[in-house]
Amino acid sequence: MTGLLAGLVANLIVIFARFVTAVRGIWMAGPPDIRPKVFFANHTSNGDFVLVWAALPHRIRSRTRPVAASDYWLTNPLRAFVGREVFKAVLINRNPEERTEDPVQLMLNALEDGSSLILFPEGKRNMGPDRLLPFKTGLYHLARQREDTDLVPVWIENLNRALPKGEILPVPIICTVTFGPPIQIALNETKEDFLARAQAALAKVAETVERPRT
Amino acid sequence: MTMPQPDLTSLLAGLGLFMVVASVAGYVLQLWFSPEGDNPVIENLNARIRSWWAMILMMAVALLAGRIGTTLLFAFSSFAALREFVTILDTRRGDHWAVAVAFFVVLPLQYWFIATNWYGLYSILIPVYAFLIIPMIAVLRGDTERFLGRVAGIQWALMICVYCIAHVPALLNLEIPGYAGRNVMLIAFLIIVVQGSDVAQYIWGKLLGRRKIAPSISPSKTVEGFVGGALSAVVIGAALSWITPFGPLRAGLMAFVIVIAGFLGGLVMSAIKRDRGVKDWGHTIPGHGGFLDRLDSVIFSAPIFFHLTRYWWSLT
Repeated sequence: MTGLLAGLVANLIVIFARFVTAVRGIWMAGPPDIRPKVFFANHTSNGDFVLVWAALPHRIRSRTRPVAASDYWLTNPLRAFVGREVFKAVLINRNPEERTEDPVQLMLNALEDGSSLILFPEGKRNMGPDRLLPFKTGLYHLARQREDTDLVPVWIENLNRALPKGEILPVPIICTVTFGPPIQIALNETKEDFLARAQAALAKVAETVERPRT
Repeated sequence: MTMPQPDLTSLLAGLGLFMVVASVAGYVLQLWFSPEGDNPVIENLNARIRSWWAMILMMAVALLAGRIGTTLLFAFSSFAALREFVTILDTRRGDHWAVAVAFFVVLPLQYWFIATNWYGLYSILIPVYAFLIIPMIAVLRGDTERFLGRVAGIQWALMICVYCIAHVPALLNLEIPGYAGRNVMLIAFLIIVVQGSDVAQYIWGKLLGRRKIAPSISPSKTVEGFVGGALSAVVIGAALSWITPFGPLRAGLMAFVIVIAGFLGGLVMSAIKRDRGVKDWGHTIPGHGGFLDRLDSVIFSAPIFFHLTRYWWSLT
């Protein structure tokens, strides 16, 4: 019963996201297979995860889980239902002192179960003028534990115009989600080198997006 | 729901036949020139034909469903068009409320007044009330950076995508003596002449096109394509006079006005795209682009066609 309701709510959310954003997924390296992957995306809006999710082909969407903050998603029963049952989020406590489980281990378990992950390595919404904030280290630890897993840079364009920070009502603006060529961690690659390379890969995807003059 | 117009059903049957011929021609062209799917012109042609099937089917269902169906179809087209137009504007956070009002208040109200035949309001809602209220809302956010350009962009978006497109279903409101219950055929006439002109310009241009007509705006348009397309559309218009209240000569003249307005309107919309640095308005209609790429010539001809018909033929 809960599963049925969750599936219904999931479909309604996708339909709503398409209505507002007419979102289109662009696959730079061709259509994806269903092996577990880590999608890592830029983060500018609360709706980012939903948009990536809506842009995925159905058979991949159904086995893709966002990595999200438990201190946000468990604050009330409705959010907890959407976070746990609808999105099946891998919930992570952002406060290290309260943690009982290792966040990287939780993500590894999900990949082990055959799920793909959506990760926002900037760690918080980017409100500044820079295209990307420095990446947190979680992506590196995850990649080091699963060296053969594809890490897909994902650029979300325009969602911060549809739903700017501090606004409640989204306005219709066409958004695109561009999936770049996957990268993998190299043997002996240091944390700093890998994170810089991952960030550069995402920045490169951003440069391919067609946008109007500003 | 009342019985569909016999004229409408025979017209749709004719269109269906035309599309079958076009599809067969596209298939044969593909066998000859693009068996591996490697000729972009043929591939685009066939994508366009497939999209035409979908568009004609949707149009047919809406027109057969009568007033509600037609109004809803164009309301949705306005919504999709407005979404495309606002996307290429250089909006700022301070425009959020104004844009929200355009989508969620002005657009539904305009179509509500059309559906309830309130001419006095649907003809001034956007050029008077929205024109004044949009900048009032924007100014409350206190951001003066490029203020005039931002407000003008939203006003243009509403005029083009909502006001002009809404004049297509508004044709149902005209009261023409001896034409009662057949107004839906005015919509069919307008759409077939405009889109027929676009298709004929495309075909004449591909066959004979040499001299570019507007190289700095729309490099694919040629003098030969325009003249051939315009003449074809006037012939189509005159030949369709049996579905209009006009008579053959006036139907041809109406088609001529529609074609000129549509052609120049298409150039205006291309100029806006160039100005903003985008190639297509959107990607929703395979082979064509966005809704605005398909509707640009309807947008500029619909209000003119509406008012000419209203002035000379309608009682209201």
